[in-house]
Amino acid sequence: MSQAPKPEELLRVSHIPPKKDWMDPRVDLVPGTWGYPGKASSLETLGLPNPREWNPTDEDWKLPPNWKEIIHEGLKERLEKYRSLKIFLDICVRCGACADKCHFFIGSGDPKNMPVLRAELLRSIYRQDFTMAGKILGTFAGGRELTEDVIKEWFYYFHQCTECRRCSLYCPYGIDTAEVTIIVRELLNLIGVNIDWILGAAANCYRTGNHLGLEPHTFKGNIEYLVDDIEEYVGVRLNPTFNRKGAEVLFIAPSGDVFADPGIFTYMGYLMLFEHIGLDYTISTYASEGGNFGLFTSQETMKRLNSKMYAEAKRLGVKWILGGECGHMWRVLHQYMDTMNGPADFLEVPKSPITGTVFDNAKSTKMVHIVEFMADLIHHGKLKLNPSRNDYLRTTWHDSCNVSRGMGMFEEPRYVLKSVCNNFFEMPENTIREQTFCCGGGTGLNAGEFEYLRMMGGMPRAFAVKHVQEKHGVNRLVNVCALDRAILPPLMDYWAPEVSVSGLTELVANALVMEGEHDRLTDLRGEDIPGMEGDE
Amino acid sequence: MAVWYSLLLVLGMSLFVYLGAGLLGLQAIFGIVVPYAAILVFLIGFSMRILGWARSPVPFRIPTTAGQQKSLGWIKPSKVDSPYTTWGVVGRMAMEVLLFRSLFRNTKAELTEGKLAYGSSKWLWLFGILFHYTFLTIVIRHLRFFTEPVPFFVQALDRVDGMLQIGSPVIYQTDVILVAALLFLLIRRLVNPQMRYLSLPADYFPLFLILGIALTGIMMRYFAVFKVDLLSVKVLAMGLATFNPTIPEGIGVMFYIHLFLFSALLAYFPFSKLMHLGGVFLSPTRNLPNDSRMARHVNPWNAPVKVHTYEHYEDDFREKMIEADLPVEKQA
Repeated sequence: MSQAPKPEELLRVSHIPPKKDWMDPRVDLVPGTWGYPGKASSLETLGLPNPREWNPTDEDWKLPPNWKEIIHEGLKERLEKYRSLKIFLDICVRCGACADKCHFFIGSGDPKNMPVLRAELLRSIYRQDFTMAGKILGTFAGGRELTEDVIKEWFYYFHQCTECRRCSLYCPYGIDTAEVTIIVRELLNLIGVNIDWILGAAANCYRTGNHLGLEPHTFKGNIEYLVDDIEEYVGVRLNPTFNRKGAEVLFIAPSGDVFADPGIFTYMGYLMLFEHIGLDYTISTYASEGGNFGLFTSQETMKRLNSKMYAEAKRLGVKWILGGECGHMWRVLHQYMDTMNGPADFLEVPKSPITGTVFDNAKSTKMVHIVEFMADLIHHGKLKLNPSRNDYLRTTWHDSCNVSRGMGMFEEPRYVLKSVCNNFFEMPENTIREQTFCCGGGTGLNAGEFEYLRMMGGMPRAFAVKHVQEKHGVNRLVNVCALDRAILPPLMDYWAPEVSVSGLTELVANALVMEGEHDRLTDLRGEDIPGMEGDE
Repeated sequence: MAVWYSLLLVLGMSLFVYLGAGLLGLQAIFGIVVPYAAILVFLIGFSMRILGWARSPVPFRIPTTAGQQKSLGWIKPSKVDSPYTTWGVVGRMAMEVLLFRSLFRNTKAELTEGKLAYGSSKWLWLFGILFHYTFLTIVIRHLRFFTEPVPFFVQALDRVDGMLQIGSPVIYQTDVILVAALLFLLIRRLVNPQMRYLSLPADYFPLFLILGIALTGIMMRYFAVFKVDLLSVKVLAMGLATFNPTIPEGIGVMFYIHLFLFSALLAYFPFSKLMHLGGVFLSPTRNLPNDSRMARHVNPWNAPVKVHTYEHYEDDFREKMIEADLPVEKQA
């Protein structure tokens, strides 16, 4: 907690706007709320423009000499490519319904974090350069001149939006700030303005197949460590296969789950689940990433990174693809993948080999979410479960933004969670399901240097958790997103200590009664299960 | 400043008409040329904007899902909030356009004493919808000036609107509600510090303009000093509607101000945020079904991209893969 002040101090946030007019683009780079710039080597790996050494605190950002023209042409091109952008820039009436829906505005009080003003940062430039009223009337029509200060302002505020789409839910015209942020980040990338946490991950992903840059042998090795842990805690030796041709299913998870606590426990859960049901599956070291930091870079980068899923499914000759627990991964898979990388006509409509259920909802994409898959298994009674092993947990469910407002997956995870855990409590209704709050660090804002921003942005989510912690004694925040699993634990430490975080499949595996298992005295974390000593 | 500029602009326009149509006697300009020009600008401008939007494709299917997706057979999907059929989308759009569904969700977040609370906040929705429906009713009521015989629904609407039978001439409820709603929207912008901070002249101007239209209309109807000869107005309106324009004698200047402000609204419309009227129908987060895994959505500009192929990947890591017992396509 080096950058963020104490919670009591952070709570004294004021929502009264400053004297300075919002049209003034100059920003103060508050420590802890902005990211280090993308490294030249990452940009070179991806072939992105203007690789160089630079620093946001410098006066000179070393933009290309014709940067203004690049931005202008870039915006023009995108207005021609995206109806969404055109409409969203044209029809906002500034009713302000979105203002206090943004977690960053609630937490920071900075008026430019109101979604309406965030979009105005681009809209004002668009008006000045592309609309008749703006060309003639300038400032009076809400126009602003594009200057280097505007680029700096964009860099700051469009990396204070997690594309969670909460604002778009309340907007009477469905204006989606995520769409605006996506496009501004694309524009910034045209002149080499970006952050390392995103570009580094994207470059890794391009080279090694995953964000963490795990080379094939390391990726395999990491999963084998998890296999060892399962053997120790469960007493069953599993033998997952890698890059195996002819498997029925290709399984792709976010790489965070093979690398870091607590995601690894979720990955152990995946492996145990597949063993339990005897699924004929394989894991790829090439398509070793479900997530897609290309989404936070540009449409083109997103497509480049995501192409490996179908390519690998085709090479291995699998029938369909099963995807792990992740948020933005599923925004991409659900709303973009088939369009940009399809058609996947070499795959079959996904059919559960265990229950025979045909996943018609994925008949074109041929990719099923593991929670949908598990809900179907449980519904058909195909899992042997002992939910009492999770009795030491009092759980609540965090709906991740992307699978909520970009997919609509609400009931499946609740059904699964309630089937494997006896204690479940909902957070207040304005903070769950389609109204859910972001963890505060999506879209590549989970770098160390963004810590203060995350504590502010995660405040609404954390307060809802704290509410059920005080009311129901909740001690476990369950979710279906790899970024959540990385971002929520420190957020909980800050705002709601004693609440731990886990993925859903971890709890499923805790409850799974595996064939040949020894007495399950510990959970998948190797921690003693209270009440299980000497049981069974 | 933004608010004063906008108010002065509307007052200045009224004064302009007072001078032109009242003192200089240029009724033909203000009664014929201006309205025709305004309608022309409106029709052409509106169509151009819609066509301009339509020219840009919808590359991705990006509905904001506000309810349960359709997945497993035994899980009840949300047919309207997360539509997966055309009818579902039609239902969702109808709820948006006719009932302002999304705005109805509005809440107000308050941070007090270390607690965050979300209160229901329907005022914006209420006054927003009242404003739109009363304005619509008033526009339809005005058809009585442009038609002969007056269609039954216009007459019926007129009677319903004056149902309360207060005053003489009977007070239209819509007049009162429209002005109240406009004042709410205006005062909200001025009083709420965040709204005031973000509001532009383009936000105040249409409010003052419509307020000006409403107030001049009300003055003509209810205040003797400003009364105009309705029969003459009808002659002028019918003339415009039948492309046979005439300027009857004796219409008071208040009418010309009313007509000019409305013409200004029409002409301003296509260049302003008021285009949300057309845009809401084209919003890709609302008018698309949540079915992108069921049916392939085609992006017309889906361009090929440079990828790191498996072959390339294996070339990069072959030694390490063989050493780790990972299958390879080509031996070293």
